Amino acid sequence: MLSLERVGKTYPNGVHALDAVTLGVAPGEIVVVIGGSGCGKSTLLRAISGLDTPTQGSVLLDGTSITTPHEQIGIIFQEPRLLPWLTVAGNVGFGIEDRPKPERAERVAHALDRVGLSEKANAWPRELSGGQAQRVAIARALVPRPQVLLLDEPFSALDAFTRVDLQDHLLNLWNEFKPTLVMVTHDVDEAIALADRIVVMRPHPGRIADEIEIDLPRPRDRQSAAFDFAKRRVLSALDRSLDRAVGIEYPEHKAAQGAAMWW
Amino acid sequence: MTIGSGQVTPEQGKAMRERVARWSRPVLGLALPVGLAVVWEIIVRLGLSDGRLVPPPSRIYQEFSELAQSGELLRHVLATLLRVTVGFGLGTVAGTLLGAVAGYSALVRRVIDPTLQGLRAVPSIAWIPLFILWLGIFETSKVALIAVGVFFPIYLGVVGAVLSVDRKIVEVGRAFRLSGTAMVRRILLPAVLPAYVVSIRAGLGLGWMFVIAAEFMGASEGLGYLLIDGQQLGKPAEIVASILAFAVLGKITDAIVVLASAPFLRWEDTFRAASDD
Repeated sequence: MLSLERVGKTYPNGVHALDAVTLGVAPGEIVVVIGGSGCGKSTLLRAISGLDTPTQGSVLLDGTSITTPHEQIGIIFQEPRLLPWLTVAGNVGFGIEDRPKPERAERVAHALDRVGLSEKANAWPRELSGGQAQRVAIARALVPRPQVLLLDEPFSALDAFTRVDLQDHLLNLWNEFKPTLVMVTHDVDEAIALADRIVVMRPHPGRIADEIEIDLPRPRDRQSAAFDFAKRRVLSALDRSLDRAVGIEYPEHKAAQGAAMWW
Repeated sequence: MTIGSGQVTPEQGKAMRERVARWSRPVLGLALPVGLAVVWEIIVRLGLSDGRLVPPPSRIYQEFSELAQSGELLRHVLATLLRVTVGFGLGTVAGTLLGAVAGYSALVRRVIDPTLQGLRAVPSIAWIPLFILWLGIFETSKVALIAVGVFFPIYLGVVGAVLSVDRKIVEVGRAFRLSGTAMVRRILLPAVLPAYVVSIRAGLGLGWMFVIAAEFMGASEGLGYLLIDGQQLGKPAEIVASILAFAVLGKITDAIVVLASAPFLRWEDTFRAASDD
């Protein structure tokens, strides 16, 4: 069980990025955090990962406080961040260097097979396309079998087709041993395609505005009415989350706000 | 535009052009020096010049083979090579260690970097009188001068390389909970290697430059001595032969560095690797 208790973050330059975020994520649950830019989504994820420490509150994994990176928590960044001097197989096996060689080779081969890149095992990262590189990054993060996997807008730099393809890949991999997923995105379709629960955040300072359960069965049909309905709920929650900031700081956006309500 | 059956496809044409380019480029590069040498040889043979101050290729070759057969060449080459090797080794070790420490620790960098940057501004030849006073006129002062020359490009290269390691890649190491030594071994060293090889090559080039300066300041053997000897005895062929020996040795040692580092940099040589089939 991953739990955040009144997690807040104020950067040394005085920016109050995150304010008292409390959130519990059950084992195996897929939580997608969504919100406009500057609402502390990435700050929240980095606090969970232990790469940054919150200035208030605490992050707990099964009761253990997370202040530095933890072996049960994996992270996938917006960019693949592969090590260019290691082959694809070397990158995938990066996190299990301490295991005996045969076990390592077997787990790397299995992970590469699951992301459909077995034939690229000996390629260099520079020979991969953007989507392939991100698949390698997913495999690298999953090979140590973390209990929690964090994803920081992992597909935002990819084209729409590749993105949908990778979302399916991710769900496939998740199905294998059901880690807890916490994903940050600004793509509403992606959030609904993946999430059990969507957390909508609002900015200045970043905090939780709304939580929406998505109880559609998987695999989810992106064309279905239920999918569309969920999308409207998320969009209107996003609108509401931005209302206050819009009203105070950008009065000229009133018209745009009205336009978003036509449906 | 249409492509008839008899025409070459663009791919074939490109391949052919590349094949021609692969041979014509070195040939074009050689045309000027070889052409000048041949012309000069002809002029001397025809008696239009005595070639005393500017020896023709045949006389340089003759000088070269005489030096080689008498064993003189080997003696001088070995003396110079020994000085370069020891000086280069010391300069490389010192430059690498100080550069790595200064790159890794901001505190050390603030303490030593300004001093080293100041010393770098001193032309290394200016140290010669001091080194002779301190270390005598024999090998020690020569090796010290070479080491100083090699030290600076390597120190600067290593500091710069360590400082420019991508923060995002380092974060991957942190996310996988690498310890300090594992972070150095698995992230920092490979990330720094390409720039390090470049600075090693620059350092080696300066090492060859400074060995001449060192041997000019009084030596009884070495290629630098041979240069001075040729000047004092009025033997330009000996000077040119020594210069050629320097060129060959410099090229060979540089090629050794490149070949030795190539297996570790296969991932990096992007353009060549992609265009060769």
